[in-house]
Amino acid sequence: MAAGNSEKYKSDGSIAGNVLEWVDARFPATSLWKEHLSEYYAPKNFNFWYFFGSLALLVLVIQIVTGIFLVMHYKPDASLNAAGVPVAFASVEYIMRDVPGGWLIRYMHSTGASAFFIVVYLHMFRGLLYGSYRKPRELTWLFGVGIFLVLMGEAFFGYLLPWGQMSYWGAQVIVNLFGAIPFVGNDLSLLIRGDYVVGDATLNRFFSFHVIAFPLILLGLVAAHILALHETGSNNPDGIEIKANKDENGIPRDGIPFHPYYTVKDIVGVVVFLMVFSAIMFFAPEGGGYFLETPNFYPADPLKTPPHIAPVWYFTPYYSILRAMVWNFFGLDAKFWGVVAMGASVVIFAFLPWLDRSPVKSIRYRGPIAKVMITLFVICFFILGYLGTLSPSPMGELISQVCTVFYFAFFLGMPWWSRMDKFKPVPERVTMK
Amino acid sequence: MSNQGKMDCGRRRLIVATAAVGGVGAVAALVPFVSSLLPSERAKAAGAPVEVDISKLEPGQMITVEWRGKPVWIINRTQEMLDTLPKLDDQVADPHSNVEQQQPAYAKNETRSIKPEMLVVVGICTHLGCSPSSKFKAGAEEGMPGDWLGGFLCPCHGSTFDFAGRVFKAKPAPTNLEVPPHVYLSDTRILIGEDQKGA
Repeated sequence: MAAGNSEKYKSDGSIAGNVLEWVDARFPATSLWKEHLSEYYAPKNFNFWYFFGSLALLVLVIQIVTGIFLVMHYKPDASLNAAGVPVAFASVEYIMRDVPGGWLIRYMHSTGASAFFIVVYLHMFRGLLYGSYRKPRELTWLFGVGIFLVLMGEAFFGYLLPWGQMSYWGAQVIVNLFGAIPFVGNDLSLLIRGDYVVGDATLNRFFSFHVIAFPLILLGLVAAHILALHETGSNNPDGIEIKANKDENGIPRDGIPFHPYYTVKDIVGVVVFLMVFSAIMFFAPEGGGYFLETPNFYPADPLKTPPHIAPVWYFTPYYSILRAMVWNFFGLDAKFWGVVAMGASVVIFAFLPWLDRSPVKSIRYRGPIAKVMITLFVICFFILGYLGTLSPSPMGELISQVCTVFYFAFFLGMPWWSRMDKFKPVPERVTMK
Repeated sequence: MSNQGKMDCGRRRLIVATAAVGGVGAVAALVPFVSSLLPSERAKAAGAPVEVDISKLEPGQMITVEWRGKPVWIINRTQEMLDTLPKLDDQVADPHSNVEQQQPAYAKNETRSIKPEMLVVVGICTHLGCSPSSKFKAGAEEGMPGDWLGGFLCPCHGSTFDFAGRVFKAKPAPTNLEVPPHVYLSDTRILIGEDQKGA
């Protein structure tokens, strides 16, 4: 910064002012505050869909705080205790039964995991509705996809820790997925497990990834996501650039300072969210068997797979896509293509900014084709998610294959269908509806 | 600046060389970390063979024992079970056990076993490592299709196997269940994990 902060932000003579001036001469406190909050101008027409970014931050904080306290009692140890129960499993039971308030902290954490995916999926859907990934916000979107990938890893590692039946066999299946990669696959899964089977070595490294490595990466990506967003400025439900119309002070005419306007709006979102969150946490912490699966209340048994295993709900759409691939191509077996399809179905989100060729960003000014395609995509996503929770069946396989084809057609056909639509004229200024 | 446009080539070479040495060092520093992820010496040593007494295993029964952390099934097959095998030759992916690494040479036969009735297999699906459930009753009684002759169903992705651990065609699992190295110490004792007595 050319002019020192201490010259820009002079003290008003009060003690607090003097302290702030002293800090500003040494750390950009006031300028950070202004840049990201009090003078960050966000479009004034944010609606319901704009709650989920700040809610995702809230859930991140919940997960970190509850995680810190869980680690104080949890033991990542697969060996059997005197009662013949794995120590890790027993330590989770100990948290639930004997640690004062432990049950609440653990249910906050387990409900928080599902809540994280709910708000992140809604946050991503908002991006899809209003074209938030379009130029100039491609990097914000890419950091977001990175957050999503790391979050999936974080959730997967965390799910092993209670060392229940579903933890064990879920990890067994997912780690073996890497074995499908030609040539290096088996060595790679050995490197991930650290043993020839999922065992104590696996549990300890997953614990390390879950509590240190991935949270650090996640925090870095979240910071990058927000910095990139604040560089370009936020999109809005009309999908127009508020920076194109500034007043004489260089402030967007349709912008309002994030603080206090949106911080206060977000408090409303937080209160409503916490009401729903608490209701689940207190009255249905297992989420009907979707948030915490029944087999996970049995300790891991390496000799017996539960009769029905399915991933937690937030992974089931991709799991369905994995199961939908039953054909061998190019001399490589279906197992490999299932892994490829599953990986592609997640990574393909990263290409959205370049696949979408619509001349307008927001769904409000797009025509029937876009509306039908996005609706069908959401329906397919739900069907895939539902089928992924069920046992394999011939009918389910066929339906998941149809939905998988549409899932990819939605993305790969986007350069064409997004262009040939009918579009409505886009307004000059944002609208308040 | 006064020296604009003129490049000090010697200095530039030094910068490139320094960066290259630093890069090599950074990559070399990965070695201990990546190698620490490999199975430890203790994990490698934990593969001791397991001795099993099968004297009480009646025809049609199955026991599961743990070997190298994996379930190994020993099934005393009845004559009816064995009779289903030739009928399924055209429905299974590898009827004659041609995939070498899925069984030792002495189990590459019609029943995939040393003694015809006694099947010893690793109970881990070759798809993604779940342990299949036994569906020994023929027909739809255990939720299988009506033409089911008995065998195993993997609950994870629906692969099916017959009474010799052979995988059915068009299922996610690529190969038959693995037959571990094993040897009969006596008529009723099996050593799993080794090929020869006392080896």
